[in-house]
Amino acid sequence: MMAPRPYLAAFAGRFQLMLQYRAAALAGFVTQCWWGSIKIMIYAAFFHAQVAARSPISLPQAITYTWLAQAFFILTPWAGDPDVAAKVRTGAVGYDRLRPLDAYAWWYANAAAWMTARAIPRAGLMFLLTALIFPLVGLGAWSWRPPAGIEAAALFVISLLLLVTLSSAIVMLINLCVAATLTDRGVNNFVPPLVIVFSGNLIPLPLFPDWARTALFLQPFAGVMDIPVRIYFGGLTGAAALAGLGLQLFWTVVLIAAGWMWMRRVMGRLQVQGG
Amino acid sequence: MDSLRLLWRYFAASMRAQAQYPGTTLLATTGAFAVNFIDILAIAALFARFGHVQGWSFGEVALFYGLVSISFALADFISRGFDVLGTEFIRTGDFDRVLLRPRPATLQLVGYEFRLRCAGRLAQGLVMVAIATHALRFHWGPVELALTAWAIAGGVALFCGLLILQATLSFWTIESLEVANVLTYGGVQAAQFPLSLYAGWFRDFLIFVVPLGCVAYFPVVALLGRHDPLGAPDWFLPLSPAFGVAFLALAFWVWGFGVRRYTSTGS
Repeated sequence: MMAPRPYLAAFAGRFQLMLQYRAAALAGFVTQCWWGSIKIMIYAAFFHAQVAARSPISLPQAITYTWLAQAFFILTPWAGDPDVAAKVRTGAVGYDRLRPLDAYAWWYANAAAWMTARAIPRAGLMFLLTALIFPLVGLGAWSWRPPAGIEAAALFVISLLLLVTLSSAIVMLINLCVAATLTDRGVNNFVPPLVIVFSGNLIPLPLFPDWARTALFLQPFAGVMDIPVRIYFGGLTGAAALAGLGLQLFWTVVLIAAGWMWMRRVMGRLQVQGG
Repeated sequence: MDSLRLLWRYFAASMRAQAQYPGTTLLATTGAFAVNFIDILAIAALFARFGHVQGWSFGEVALFYGLVSISFALADFISRGFDVLGTEFIRTGDFDRVLLRPRPATLQLVGYEFRLRCAGRLAQGLVMVAIATHALRFHWGPVELALTAWAIAGGVALFCGLLILQATLSFWTIESLEVANVLTYGGVQAAQFPLSLYAGWFRDFLIFVVPLGCVAYFPVVALLGRHDPLGAPDWFLPLSPAFGVAFLALAFWVWGFGVRRYTSTGS
């Protein structure tokens, strides 16, 4: 059994470092507000037709989905950790081989901190604006609604934690691609389109055709956005919600195991660049 | 003439540079195509579920989106130098060198890099137009082609104007402001649907402040042979891309002001 202390220290250090980038957080927040506004206006236009009944989610749910997706945008595994890419480029990855630690857990703790520290200020600002200020200034129809109930809120918190563990596991797979190919250019080009579609960032997954519903629910990217959000607004309740949490846990375990084994192979025949 | 030859040499050098890394260029282009093309999935899924949106059909929305994508891809191709002015020229102090050379700064910035990956978005726009043509059984006569070329020219002018304004800002901020992306990338995102869908304040912003509607909405309404649901007179629709050109002229004027106020970061 490995002692958790160095990994917790890595997490805390990176977390504090990433919290320093306030201008970046503000810029991200503004961008996300703009993007979210466009999306909800488009959904409103579609739902205005007399065909809203054809949708498995209501307009307020679609709006809440959009704001939550924008608030936790950074928690989606868009790209590998830039620090790992830099280490691979400069050859500093060799130092990580010398640490008397599990290299996978070390990178994993860093990736988790990198994502959560950047997500928290953005999510806080988004909540402040769209959940608290919007209703006060008469934009209640466009606001981020409260969770469906106490149970939904509690399950959402668990699901959000699983989101971070799953998302970090996916970031680790991207990191390993970077380490194996010695560049972040390739993998960072083809991951985003995949993630945008399958996480629910493009449009809420329930709005895709009904025949695709089960497959979209089972695939791993649903766990990094769609499942927690649907638990939040009551789209997944009872057994379905538990199945969602189970899927998140399942994919986390599977992807961590796959990443850990791949890490051993990659590190076993690592080419160190630089001099 | 001399400027044109110089521009050609910049272009050839940029192409040769990217040809040195064919894999990276190909991957980036494919990625750009894919990341833009998935928007059609969203549009198709929404139309499959809801049928139409305020009287607009899937084919019509594909035409709106296709044309704005083509405009932005072309603008992005020729104004990369302005996009990275803050990080690559101002912060490093390299802009001093640009000013010292006996050629216009704008020419040198246009020639800075012609990124082939823009072909990804261009291809996506062309595919969208093809989908629209098929869905609407659209007939492309000389009038339609001329109007489309005029709308795209206006769109290129507008997006170049936005990138130049963004670059001008960096004379003061010393870095490239990514927030300005909400108007370029975000503008494309907004213009993929007809403007009449949006709330009044947002629509007014996209017509009167950043005249995106004039290059990506009004001319396409004319192209579709419709009357504008917002009430713009029919004679105005084909003339509206002129506002894109006017916006570019305004952007150049502001740019000139910025260049005169430029102080080097030194060292």
